[in-house]
Amino acid sequence: MQEHNIHRRTYSVAFIIIGVILFAFGIAFGLAVPALKLEKVIFDMPWIIAGIGAIVAIYGIAQLIRSESLGNVEFSRKTARTFLTNNAIILALLLLVVVICIIEPRFMQFRVLLDILTMSSTKLIIALGICFTLLIAGTDLSAGRMVGLAAVISCSMLQTPDYGNRFYPNLPQIPVPIPIILAILACMVFGVLNGFLVAKYDMHPFIATLATQVIIYGVTSLYFDMPPNNSQPIGGIRPDFSKLGLTKLFDRFSVLIPIALFITAIIWFVLNKTVFGKNVYAIGGNREAAVVSGVNVFKTIMGIFILASLLYGIGGVLEAARTAGATNQYGMGYELDAIAACVVGGVSLNGGVGKVGGIISGVLIFTVIQYGLQFINVSPMWQQVFKGVIIAVAVAIDLSKYRKK
Amino acid sequence: MGEYVLEMNHITKIFPGVTALDDVSLKVRPGSVHALMGENGAGKSTLMKCLFGIYHEDGGEIILDGQKVEIGTSKQALDMGISMIHQELHPIRFRPVMENIWLGRFPMQGIAVDKKAMIRKTKELFAQVDLDVNPQALAGTLSASTLQLVEIARAVSYNSKIIIMDEPTSSLTDNETEHLFRIIRKLKSEGRSIIYISHKMEEILKISDEVTIMRDGRYVGTWPASDLTTDLIIKRMVGRDMTNRFPPKDGITYSEQPVLRVNGLSSPLPKSFQNVSFELRKGEILGIGGLVGAQRTELVEAIFGLREITSGTVEKDGQPFKVKSVRDSKERGIALLTEERRASGVFGILSVLDNTVIASQTNYARNGILQQKKRVDAAKSSCRQLNVKTPSMETLMQNLSGGNQQKVLIARWLLTNPDILILDEPTRGIDVGAKYEIYTIMLDLVRQGKSIIMISSEMPELLGMADRVMVMCEGRVSGFLEKDQFDQVEVMRLATQFIK
Repeated sequence: MQEHNIHRRTYSVAFIIIGVILFAFGIAFGLAVPALKLEKVIFDMPWIIAGIGAIVAIYGIAQLIRSESLGNVEFSRKTARTFLTNNAIILALLLLVVVICIIEPRFMQFRVLLDILTMSSTKLIIALGICFTLLIAGTDLSAGRMVGLAAVISCSMLQTPDYGNRFYPNLPQIPVPIPIILAILACMVFGVLNGFLVAKYDMHPFIATLATQVIIYGVTSLYFDMPPNNSQPIGGIRPDFSKLGLTKLFDRFSVLIPIALFITAIIWFVLNKTVFGKNVYAIGGNREAAVVSGVNVFKTIMGIFILASLLYGIGGVLEAARTAGATNQYGMGYELDAIAACVVGGVSLNGGVGKVGGIISGVLIFTVIQYGLQFINVSPMWQQVFKGVIIAVAVAIDLSKYRKK
Repeated sequence: MGEYVLEMNHITKIFPGVTALDDVSLKVRPGSVHALMGENGAGKSTLMKCLFGIYHEDGGEIILDGQKVEIGTSKQALDMGISMIHQELHPIRFRPVMENIWLGRFPMQGIAVDKKAMIRKTKELFAQVDLDVNPQALAGTLSASTLQLVEIARAVSYNSKIIIMDEPTSSLTDNETEHLFRIIRKLKSEGRSIIYISHKMEEILKISDEVTIMRDGRYVGTWPASDLTTDLIIKRMVGRDMTNRFPPKDGITYSEQPVLRVNGLSSPLPKSFQNVSFELRKGEILGIGGLVGAQRTELVEAIFGLREITSGTVEKDGQPFKVKSVRDSKERGIALLTEERRASGVFGILSVLDNTVIASQTNYARNGILQQKKRVDAAKSSCRQLNVKTPSMETLMQNLSGGNQQKVLIARWLLTNPDILILDEPTRGIDVGAKYEIYTIMLDLVRQGKSIIMISSEMPELLGMADRVMVMCEGRVSGFLEKDQFDQVEVMRLATQFIK
């Protein structure tokens, strides 16, 4: 293949035109579907095409605006390969979606899309917390247990007065925010412990958070075992709490989606636009150099683990609200899912490398696999195999970017 | 065997975006020392990595003993009789020296490693190169220079026809260098060839038979060492005349007013610096000389707040202050460029922009939120002032050459607006052209009334740049030399004063 240079403006206009055509086609097709009586054949496909068209057009417009600074677009074997390795996972995801849609056209529904986004929401919040600890070449094994702790604490104080088996039989109906704040604060106490062990004693985060993980599980279980509850699942959750996870805006949008988007935006801002974020990347990139440059490593590491625990706490409360119940087993293994999502999204375990956009796609990939494979009746055992393969392949492709020969 | 034991003909190597080697040739005679010279980034290491199977050349041929060969891996290279001493050592610190040497080819007895044989073989090897080290000592307990000699012994142990030595003397003292030269002469007499990479002209002229010079990834030429002089080599390396290695110090005067006064500073470690006192005057360059291990780095790191102090005081502008952390010293207007640029200076995977502003980040933020325009403007102006050559501010730091990385680090510290800059080996591993630029920057800074402390192990640099030299030996100050007393012999005498 030869090299072709195309002016960035031509490139972006092409995208805008394709986008607008897709969008218009989608709308027109969508309006025609009832007349053609195709609802049960292609479902929401036209609208999804219109959506894709809109995204393509927006991308084109963004490219057009920045066309001066981006320079010409080069098409060659090399840029094609770079594109493929950089986006291999997204492409694999699209392929998977297409295959699922062909096998089961019912997958082409807004409802499905919204389900996937809803399911991804709390996972995303937890993954965003863990990504900070990965960015400094650490890890956080206590994430899942913190989710459980937050869930148990919030649920234990938010039961309906007429529920038979109340955790605190005489507790009045306190305002919803109080238990939520208490649950999150409890997580943050352990975040402080994590940060202190790592920052003060220079302990490897793997060990520090392993210790904390075990402690949290013990503490959660002790709390959960307090009479009169004696380790029974906590139920009878007040509707004014569970609506936090179950409310559907406009009858379809789960409220979790905007919450997750809001938190994602904040985390993106923290990582890219604050001194703290820059210090996180610096410590991950070269800790010695960060010390010599006068970065306050102690404060930054404390901040990382406290912020992470805050996010786990929020994730735990939302999960509890969504499922309207909790046990001490809640949240087990979430940290590994979150780490896997981050790594598939391009966060390096060697620290210093990782972007919010990558983490979002990492989380989405796992949800799509789980949801999509379930949709076409693939056994959960096979789903596990798929998940493992995705992790291995994704990271192998990602690393091949850095290999020189 | 023909005239040459190794011929590398018309080697080309292309990395994304750069042609690292463009039609480079190298022909090595058997039983000779062949020096390979060039500025940093000239492609010497890349060429050697092609020979040693770490990279694969995109064009050209390698002929070994008259046979065209393909070298795909380092193991193949070793099997063909090529071994390499790398510029940077990566010993396995928690394992014995002997395991480091025989790694990958342990003497075996059945399925078990034969420890006795390993000890015996290591002792034999060390005897061969006159090295007195216990084979079972942990690698981490040895000094950098001993490790360098061990590494040389390891290369010898492969019985190779060709030994590549990439900057083997960078952490050696003069005595140890002499030791190395004795080993090299012995290897030569056994008919082996050595490819010797070094920046030290005097060494090259002393030890090598032939010199190949490269510039910007291209072949300049090969000459017998006897036909060359330092000036001639430099001229061919940089492609321009360089009669002066140091910029002129016209019109620079310093005042008698001390900006920094260090009094009886001692480290809690008995072997480190003890009872060090000196003054730094406004606008002067104070050189600190001494041998490797004289604790110069430890001293300046303590002044900067990176190491503990048991006794002694530090005064800046007449105000005594307790050094608690880097942030304190930064606020007081002290900056330090560390010796190990890669280990404690650069953030390789971050952008030039991030690297430049990291030490002064809080100046471009309000309530912890960065003001992007301010950051970019500050970084750009600082980098432009120091003539940093980078495609853009978003370029990753690891893609810059050593000289440009060092300039970025100076730019980083200039943004903290220091009165005192401590430069620890500021030109180590930097090519001649960039060295000159760094010297010019240093003179610009003293012209602006800033003061500089410069640690240097290169005698010409120390005497050429400093206004005054403090010499240290074994953690103690052994003497001061004023400009009119500068003399290499005197510095060496002071540097070895307390060594029994």
